Amino acid sequence: MIQLLYFARLREALNMDGEALPLTEAISVSALMASLAARGGAWQEQFDGTRPLRAAINQELVANTALIQPGDEVAFFPPVTGG
Amino acid sequence: MTVRVQQADFDAGEEIRRLRLAHPEAGAVVSFVGQVRDLNQDRQVASLTLEHYPGMTEKSLEAIISSAYQRWNIIDTVVIHRVGTLQPLDQIVLVAVSSAHRGEAFAACEFIMDYLKTDAPFWKKEKTPTGEHWLDARDSDQSAKQRWNG
Repeated sequence: MIQLLYFARLREALNMDGEALPLTEAISVSALMASLAARGGAWQEQFDGTRPLRAAINQELVANTALIQPGDEVAFFPPVTGG
Repeated sequence: MTVRVQQADFDAGEEIRRLRLAHPEAGAVVSFVGQVRDLNQDRQVASLTLEHYPGMTEKSLEAIISSAYQRWNIIDTVVIHRVGTLQPLDQIVLVAVSSAHRGEAFAACEFIMDYLKTDAPFWKKEKTPTGEHWLDARDSDQSAKQRWNG
């Protein structure tokens, strides 16, 4: 399993702040995004690569080529706007 | 190094006083306070709500401050960032840095703010008379960070 988290604009667009997904072998961030986009509707709009999205694995920012392992916490969110 | 993410307001004067008195070897304390503006890109701001990623926020602030310690000879730091709903004139963030001489504290304070803007997982949602919307990240914040890599 992996734990997915969604924040800010993304959380509102998906109407969900997170979910657990089954995962038995490593997968890249971009492959996970493609499978989320394949759900269609708001998922496709948010994950088809046309909107700027950041990803974090176990609370560290990563590139889309990074590999997700079973047990990881994976977060997706828009570019940050704090300060 | 002190990092706090909280809803409550903070007393910047008291934080600076504590930082100053804790380190007799420090000759300089430089601080930055960010506050909520009443006007943003010609929109009247009624309130600003800050969301964050608990856990990652603290880690990422600690990582940013650690890189400042590696670059400059600084003595101590305090970073406080508020979350929740804030009104114009409310304080959002405090960064305070102490060092033996002013140059390093000035540089480190600006470095920490620049990286906080682009790397720390906070998001602002603005409420205006016409509705609510999430703020977009600014290119100018990316370029402010990138100048440290020159």
